[in-house]
Amino acid sequence: MSAAFSTSSDSEIRGRLFLSALFRLVCRVAIYMAISILIVLLSVVTYLSIGWLDWGFFQSGHSTFPEKAGILSGLWGTFWLIGMTTVFTLPVGVGAAVYLEEYAADTRLTRFIKLNLSNLAGVPSIVYGMLGLMVFVKFFGVLDAPVNVKLFGGALNIPVPFGPTVIAGALTMSLLILPVVIIASQEALRAVPKSIRVASLALGATRWQTIWHQVLPASLPGIATGAILAISRAIGETAPLIMVGAITLTRICPGGIESPSQLITEPGRIVDAPFDMYTAMPIAIYGWIRMPVKEFSNVAAAGIVVLMIVLTCFNGLAVYYRHRARKKVNW
Amino acid sequence: MSDSTPERPKGEKPANIAISASSSPPKRLNEKLIGLSLFLCATVSILTTIAIIAVLVNESFFNVTGGEAFFQQVSFSQFLFDTEWLPDAPEPRFGIWPLIFGTVAVAGIACLIGVPVGLASAIYLSEYAQPKERTFLKPILELLAGVPTVVYGYFGLVFVTPYVLKPIFEAVLGMEVGIYNVASAGIVVGIMITPMVASLSEDVLRAVPRGLRDAGYALGGTQYDVSLKIVVPAALSGILAAILLAFARAIGETMAVTIACGSRRQMTFNIFDSMQTMTGYIVDSSFGEDDAQGLVVKSGFAVALTLFGMTLLINIISQYIMRRYREVYE
Repeated sequence: MSAAFSTSSDSEIRGRLFLSALFRLVCRVAIYMAISILIVLLSVVTYLSIGWLDWGFFQSGHSTFPEKAGILSGLWGTFWLIGMTTVFTLPVGVGAAVYLEEYAADTRLTRFIKLNLSNLAGVPSIVYGMLGLMVFVKFFGVLDAPVNVKLFGGALNIPVPFGPTVIAGALTMSLLILPVVIIASQEALRAVPKSIRVASLALGATRWQTIWHQVLPASLPGIATGAILAISRAIGETAPLIMVGAITLTRICPGGIESPSQLITEPGRIVDAPFDMYTAMPIAIYGWIRMPVKEFSNVAAAGIVVLMIVLTCFNGLAVYYRHRARKKVNW
Repeated sequence: MSDSTPERPKGEKPANIAISASSSPPKRLNEKLIGLSLFLCATVSILTTIAIIAVLVNESFFNVTGGEAFFQQVSFSQFLFDTEWLPDAPEPRFGIWPLIFGTVAVAGIACLIGVPVGLASAIYLSEYAQPKERTFLKPILELLAGVPTVVYGYFGLVFVTPYVLKPIFEAVLGMEVGIYNVASAGIVVGIMITPMVASLSEDVLRAVPRGLRDAGYALGGTQYDVSLKIVVPAALSGILAAILLAFARAIGETMAVTIACGSRRQMTFNIFDSMQTMTGYIVDSSFGEDDAQGLVVKSGFAVALTLFGMTLLINIISQYIMRRYREVYE
C-alpha cells in the first residue's frame, strides 16, 4: 500500500507508528512503575523491620522500651474486632442484597436505597468514626453517667453506653463495610441465571426456598469473595477506630485473653472481651509511628509486616474463592 | 446496571398459585416474615445515612441532647470567611479555609500523580496487555489498593520525604524540605488512588464495543489513534466519573495525611512545608484536650460536616456525569 504513496507519506506513516509504539511504552512504564512502587514499599518496610520482628514481638503488648514492645494486644484486638464485625455485617449485608435483588419491586424507595448505597460507599471512613463515637460510644450522650447492666446473674456485664469498647468499634466498622458487602453480594446474586429461579419456582418451591436452596449456594463464592475483600479493608482501617476510642498504646488484650488456649481453659473471659477496651494492629502501628523515640519506627515497621502478612492471607483467600467460582460455573 | 440485572422471576404468579394450593398458612406467614426481615436489613443503609447527617448536623447546629452546638458559639460567617484556624488560642478563631486549602493541596498533588499513571495503566490493561499479562497485573494492582493507609503514611514519612524529596529538592535545588510536608502526603495519596483510577477506568474502557476499535483499524489508525482518539473519548464520561471519585477519596483520606503532612494550620504554596487537612484536624480534635465548652471536639464535627458535604457533592456530580453523558451502545 505504501508503494502507491509518495515517500513523504512513508515517513509520515513511520512517524505515526513510532508515536504508537512510544505511547504503548509510556502506558507500559506507567503500570509497571505503579507495581514497582509496591515492591519498593514492601522492601523498605521489611528492611526496617529486620532485627525487630522476632518471636518476642508476638508475645507482648506495648512497652515503653522499644525492644520489649510487641503486637500481641493488637493481634487480639483485631481478632475480636474483626470477628464481631463479620458476625454483624454478613447477615445484614447479604440479607439486604437478597432483598434488593430478589424481593424489591422497582419502586422509588428501592431506587433510593440503591443510589444511597453508592453514596455511602464514598463517605470518608473518618465520618463513620464520628457516627460511631456519638451513636455507639456515647449513645447520643443521653445518659450522664455510664451504667453497668448485668444480665444472667452478673455473668454478662454490659456497659451502657458502650464506651470505647470492642463492640462499639465493631458496630462502627460494620456500618463502614456494609455498603461494600451489599454491592458485592448484589453482583454475585445477579450473576445467577434466571432459569435456576424459574425452575425452582416451577417445582413448587416458595420464594425463600428458592433463594435458600438454589440462589444463595450458587452465588456463595461471589459473596464470599466480596465479603473477604471488605473484611480485609476493615482490618487495615485506622481512622474510624481512633475516633471511637481504640487505645493507641496499650498492653491490654480484650477480656485478658492472651493465648488461644485461654479460650478453652477460661471460657468465662470470652463474654467479657466484647465489652473490654482494645487496640488493633493498625492503631498500634499508628501509635508507634507517633512515638518520638527513633527505635519505635522499627517497631512500627515490624507491626506493618505482620499486618501485611495477615492482609495478604485474606486477599489470597479471596483470589482462591474467585478462581474456584470461575472454574465451577458451567451455566 | 439495570440492563444486566436478570429480572425478578416474573413467572412467580403461576408458581404462587401452585404453592397456595398445597402450603399451609404458617408457611406463608414465614415467607412474609422473612421478606420483612430482609427489608429491614436493606433499611439499615438508609438509617446509616440519616444517622450520619443527624449526628453531624446535631453537633454543629442544634444539639438537642444538651450543651451548645458549634455554630451556637461560633458565628457561621467566621467559619466561612475567616482565614485563620486557631482553636487552641486564648481567643479561638475558626475559619475553615486553611483546612480546606491543605486538603485540596494534598488531593491536587495526589490527582496530578494518580490520574495520569492510573489512566495510562488502564489503557495498557484494556488495549495492550495480553490476557496472560493481565491476569498477573490485575491482582498486583488490587494488592496495591489493599495496602492500609496507615502504611502509606509511614512510607511517606520514612522513605518519600528523606530519600526521594530531600535528595532532589534540598540537596540539589537547595529548597528546604520539612519532615512533615504536603508533597510527601500528596505523593503517597497519589500512589493510593492510582489503582482505583486504573480499575474504574479499565472497566469503562473495556465496555467500549469491539466494533468501534475494528472500525478505527480498518480506517488505517494505529493503536495510538484507536485508543486515544476513539476508545478514550467513547469512555470519557466514565473516566471523568472515575477521576472525580478518586478526588473524593483523596479528600477523605485520613491516616496517610495525618502521618505525613503534619499539623501546621496555615495556607502556603510551599508544598515542602507542613499543612493540616480537614481529616487531620478531625483526628487531632479527638486527641486534643478540650476546653469547658467542648469547642475543640465540636469543631471537629463542623469540619466533618464540611468534609461530608464536599465528598457527597463530588459523588453526586460523578454519578450525574455517568448517567447523563454515558454513550450507550446497542
